[in-house]
Amino acid sequence: MTTDIERASECAACDETRRRFLSRLTLMLGSIVAAIVAIPCVGFLLGLRKVPRVWRTVGKLNDFQVGSTVNVAFLDSSPLPWAGVTARSAAWLRRISRSDFIAFSVNCTHLGCPVRWLPTANLFMCPCHGGVYYANGDVASGPPPRPLRRYPVRVQNDEVQILASPVPITTEKI
Amino acid sequence: MSENNSLRFLKSIWRWFDDVTGVSSWLIPLAKHPVPHARKSAWFYVLGSATLFVFIVQIVTGIALASAYVPSAGQAYQSLTFISGTRFGSIVRGIHAFGASAMVILIGLHAIRVYLWGSYKYPRQMGWLTGVALLFLVLGMAFTGQLLRWDQTGVWSVVIAAEQAGRTPFIGHWLARFILAGDTVGGATLSRFFALHVFFIPALIFFFLGFHLYLVIRNGISEPPQVGRPVDPQTYRAWYSDLLHREGVPFWPDAAWRDAVFGLLVIGTMVVLAITVGPPALGRPPDPSIIQASPRPEWYFLWYYALLSVIPRWSETYVIILGPLLLVVVLVLLPLVAPKGERSPFKRQWAFGIVAFIVWMIAYFGTLGRLAPWSPRMNAPPLPASVVGTTSGPIAEGAKVFHDKGCEFCHMISGYGGIRGPDLTYAGDRMTPAQMETRIYSGATNMPSYNGNITPQQLSDLLAFLASRRRRPAPPTSASTAAK
Repeated sequence: MTTDIERASECAACDETRRRFLSRLTLMLGSIVAAIVAIPCVGFLLGLRKVPRVWRTVGKLNDFQVGSTVNVAFLDSSPLPWAGVTARSAAWLRRISRSDFIAFSVNCTHLGCPVRWLPTANLFMCPCHGGVYYANGDVASGPPPRPLRRYPVRVQNDEVQILASPVPITTEKI
Repeated sequence: MSENNSLRFLKSIWRWFDDVTGVSSWLIPLAKHPVPHARKSAWFYVLGSATLFVFIVQIVTGIALASAYVPSAGQAYQSLTFISGTRFGSIVRGIHAFGASAMVILIGLHAIRVYLWGSYKYPRQMGWLTGVALLFLVLGMAFTGQLLRWDQTGVWSVVIAAEQAGRTPFIGHWLARFILAGDTVGGATLSRFFALHVFFIPALIFFFLGFHLYLVIRNGISEPPQVGRPVDPQTYRAWYSDLLHREGVPFWPDAAWRDAVFGLLVIGTMVVLAITVGPPALGRPPDPSIIQASPRPEWYFLWYYALLSVIPRWSETYVIILGPLLLVVVLVLLPLVAPKGERSPFKRQWAFGIVAFIVWMIAYFGTLGRLAPWSPRMNAPPLPASVVGTTSGPIAEGAKVFHDKGCEFCHMISGYGGIRGPDLTYAGDRMTPAQMETRIYSGATNMPSYNGNITPQQLSDLLAFLASRRRRPAPPTSASTAAK
């Protein structure tokens, strides 16, 4: 008992150093544990699935009349088994000649709302803020900052295919 | 006798429990801690506690809903349809939805009360700051909650949120992809918002709420302000402790009963509304390929949606990005730049002005958002013969053109059509056919040009129809000559 007390008082300075070392060690070990758990979690959350872009068949060549613009639905590039109807995507498809097509994204370049084709007016119109696009996708009026995005289309073996693409995001030009 | 025995037995259990836990030694002083005698202002103190009570209701109803809700992008909608189809499920959904509105209203009123009374001043600055965090977390819950309804509006809300985030400089594209949880709306999107709504944001709320309540106990609830009694950080604590000593009353039950009465009123109203009005209806299924969609936010974000729709176009990106940021900065700076001085709103009259402005903004733009004059009415039916006035000839043909060319979606005539552009009910009185023709050909900022998009015959019919829109019907010849 007495020897303990003596030792403690004898070496108050070493106690101080020892405790400083131990508290730093504890904090450091804690941080290491936090980091090794956090890195995979944050990495998983921030890591975006890189998906391949795939061609999706939207119909037979004969299904489409030259000059008409129709709404076509197709599956996105990499539908997850539980995605259900949310994996579906849409585009406005126009046949312009025997073998040529144009596919417009349905997303308004203003805030992404789905634009509608008005066949009698020959215009695309957005129901959210009244953005209007001409038949070629150029902005006719309203808030959209740029023309409707187009998706690549091809005809293969009599089938019309659209390249399923990401939702177009309008970013600021810097 | 046996009753006496069992009572004694229960008492002995309680004594044992209290001995090994010490519950009464901290709970009783906590409940009976002295609070200022608020007198006439006492009812102003119920807003914070009511927010807390509704939050507890949200937890309970949220857990009940989560026990049947399937957080899968493909099945959430069906599981909600199932929940809404059961008698009690519908009520629970209703309580949860009205509870969300109640949370937003109550936390807003609570913040307004604290602001008007200058209760954010020393030593309660951290109380204000944790409250600001809670305010934004509650708004985050409100947004993610609406999204979990996962109908068509839910899906398009994610897309619109992603597009807004996309405007952020440098990281916009990445942020947008992060919100979508990929390149498109899909399987991963809903799970992400479910985790946010059910785990992540609630965890943060618990943290800040615990801190907030701890601070209320530590610093004491603020006394009602009085003109000519400014806060001086040097002397405030001693003065406050003296005040409690002189005229403090125990929180339990002197103040708590009002919290109970008001809380019951609020929660009772929520339940009654849940039963009589019911939960918000589910929209179309969350299929992004259904393009018949006009997504609208819930009322608590409607004002913001409206604001974004009416500001000048060049300022849009700045408002989307800097607006919310500025709000955070202002709310955070408030207690830091004004930690002392007069608390009474009668000595800070601009405070009334600021609150009135905020309430006006939310009410005015909220009403505007409900009306959404900027949205074309794309379901407007063709004008009926009773409006057109005839069923054949150029005027009738022109009315058809007016509908087919989309004019009617933005221009109203006799109560039919949209209100984005000018009302054309009496267009014939205001413009000559030549002026109309110029406008139709040239277009305007918010009107497409129809140059090359209308045949001469269609134009002449349209002009005949528009010229016939007069207060007093013009002689039939004038309209047809004008059209020619």
